[in-house]
Amino acid sequence: MSTWDWQVFCKETTSGEVASTCFGKGGDITYLDWLLSAWGWTLSVSVLALVVALVFGSLMGILRTTPHRGLVLLGNAWTELFRNIPLLVQIFLWYHVVPALFPILRGVPSFILVVMGLGLFTSARISEQVRAGIQSLAGGQRMAGLAMGFSLPQTYRHVLLPMAYRIIIPPLTSESMNIIKNSSVAFAVSISELTLFALQAQEETSRGIEVYLAVTGLYFISAFAINRAALFIENRVRVPGMIGGGGH
Amino acid sequence: MLALDFAFFTPELISGYIVKGFIFSLQLTLVAMVGGIILGTLLALMRLSGRPWLVMPAAAYVNTMRSIPLVMVILWFFLLIPLVIGKPLGAETSAIITFTLFEAAYYSEIMRAGIQSISRGQVAAGYALGMSYRQTMGLIVLPQAFRNMLPVLLTQTIILFQDTSLVYAIGAYDLLKGFEIAGKNFNRPVETYLVAAVLYFIISFSLSMLVRKLQQRIAIVR
Amino acid sequence: MIEIKNISKWYGAFRVLTDCTTQVEKGEVIVVCGPSGSGKSTLIKCVNGLEAFQQGDIFVNGTSVGDPKTNLPKLRSHVGMVFQHFELFPHMTITENLSIAQVKVLGRSRDEANERGMKLLDRVGLKPHAHKHPGQLSGGQQQRVAIARALSMDPICMLFDEPTSALDPEMVNEVLDVMVQLAHEGMTMMVVTHEMGFARKVSDRVIFMDQGSIVEDATKEDFFGKPRSERAQQFLSKILSH
Repeated sequence: MSTWDWQVFCKETTSGEVASTCFGKGGDITYLDWLLSAWGWTLSVSVLALVVALVFGSLMGILRTTPHRGLVLLGNAWTELFRNIPLLVQIFLWYHVVPALFPILRGVPSFILVVMGLGLFTSARISEQVRAGIQSLAGGQRMAGLAMGFSLPQTYRHVLLPMAYRIIIPPLTSESMNIIKNSSVAFAVSISELTLFALQAQEETSRGIEVYLAVTGLYFISAFAINRAALFIENRVRVPGMIGGGGH
Repeated sequence: MLALDFAFFTPELISGYIVKGFIFSLQLTLVAMVGGIILGTLLALMRLSGRPWLVMPAAAYVNTMRSIPLVMVILWFFLLIPLVIGKPLGAETSAIITFTLFEAAYYSEIMRAGIQSISRGQVAAGYALGMSYRQTMGLIVLPQAFRNMLPVLLTQTIILFQDTSLVYAIGAYDLLKGFEIAGKNFNRPVETYLVAAVLYFIISFSLSMLVRKLQQRIAIVR
Repeated sequence: MIEIKNISKWYGAFRVLTDCTTQVEKGEVIVVCGPSGSGKSTLIKCVNGLEAFQQGDIFVNGTSVGDPKTNLPKLRSHVGMVFQHFELFPHMTITENLSIAQVKVLGRSRDEANERGMKLLDRVGLKPHAHKHPGQLSGGQQQRVAIARALSMDPICMLFDEPTSALDPEMVNEVLDVMVQLAHEGMTMMVVTHEMGFARKVSDRVIFMDQGSIVEDATKEDFFGKPRSERAQQFLSKILSH
């Protein structure tokens, strides 16, 4: 292990021979091919899970700020349930338990199950942020919306949510970066993403450090890209005359 | 619809498979909490020291740890520790070292916020009484910071407890592993995963209720 | 126009309003005053159902506010309200603030709404600021926009909840001037305020509240000339002593 051997990525996975272009041809793939496809899986799982998390997290967070007791209770129960079970256990539940209990779901690919697992786990955290964002607007904006004759849904749509989402962009950003990191648990149910690649390629090539460095680097790059994208969005939606947004 | 059957969950199964893993999960949580808070406090003091040669390595360490998935950190340490010490290391020991060093990064951010929340006047008052830096920190600032941040530190510990399940990546025998092996041996994976989930939920949920109570009490005292 | 009949309200076991009864006739200007915590803000928010009450009822133009079958958004759409902290919508321009409810609630066309909004903005002297966001205006300017926003809905009456108490002193008059003008035009107004100058100048009646009850409900001449209750006398002497 005293010298680097980056050529390991140019090796074909079955023959072990070094491909001249570093990309496999004729049906065989190199470790570089595999690494890139694993990166694709990591990004796909993360992005889809983020969509699931934003949809359910927003819905539950909003419910928790409504004046209806039952809805608040539902939102609270949802949040506590998905927050207090370890992510890996939730992934196992989706993979081993849910299809067994609901036969309809037996044919669902494990990729979708992992997206649901990671998405709903994260929805609990997003629900917290959405709730906090809405509550940070205090009661005044809600009353102002209602006083104009808006219905409650209209008040949320036009008055509360546009500001609440602007306020919570920073925590949502770090939650999106967390999703990339958390998607690594998908290895446990054999999704061919970066961490599973790391485990298997390390075993096959015995070049653990090179493999881990490459994988860690790609996690860095992914998180950094999300961070930049979020900054871009934050600047685009910035409200003139407000520093940081929110409050009086 | 599959019929659930929990009859195989006997005291023998629990003592044979679950207790061992549970003890390790608790041990891992407690050691990583205590070690992580101590190291984290040191890291926080380094970052607040104002001396670049202390600030920079501490910041680099904390930021690196916080941007790598925990599973990858677990794998990294499992790979690197044997290279450093020159002999193989068990998954459990490796996990304990990894979690302590990893959690230190997260605890250090909490302690840093806690220390910064103490007004500069408190530090000035310590110095004015003739105390040294060490005394001012140890007797005045850190006790207050620790007290203020106790609920956040405990919340982080609940997350830590949940995260210990990730030692699955290197095959360490923890609570989840205990359930998994029992499920395989009795061919009842559905029930064992369900019970595991319920158990994790009960522990995490009751701990977070306790933290909430504590938070209210601290808020009143203030 | 507004009839408040035996309103009582509790927060849990704590009673915030006790048996409040009064009415505001069409074209009348009523000032509600009293020490902080006396329930005056709560009472005015009950008028358009922003605060719920447990006993009694309020009728606005004959419509019951307490009746669960009442379409509250519809009722609120023609009761204008101005808040202590302005409550303009910070993510919208001034133009959008003035038009959004006209379009979404009253169903007016965007052009019609903008035209009406501009007219009112001109009236409160802020037409050049139409393209700005609320955060770029001073407090006094924001409150004038808030008044214009309420007027854009063509309200049958206006509620003011301490409209000047969050303002720097030099901005109070620009807001009061708009309100005085409105009163002279015959708008029905219920105003919670400590501005006794405003009350003397334009109000028809003054209501004094203390500890959740209406202690005094008198013409302004009677109220300022010879308040009956000791508490109102104390309040007046405190507030007018400077």
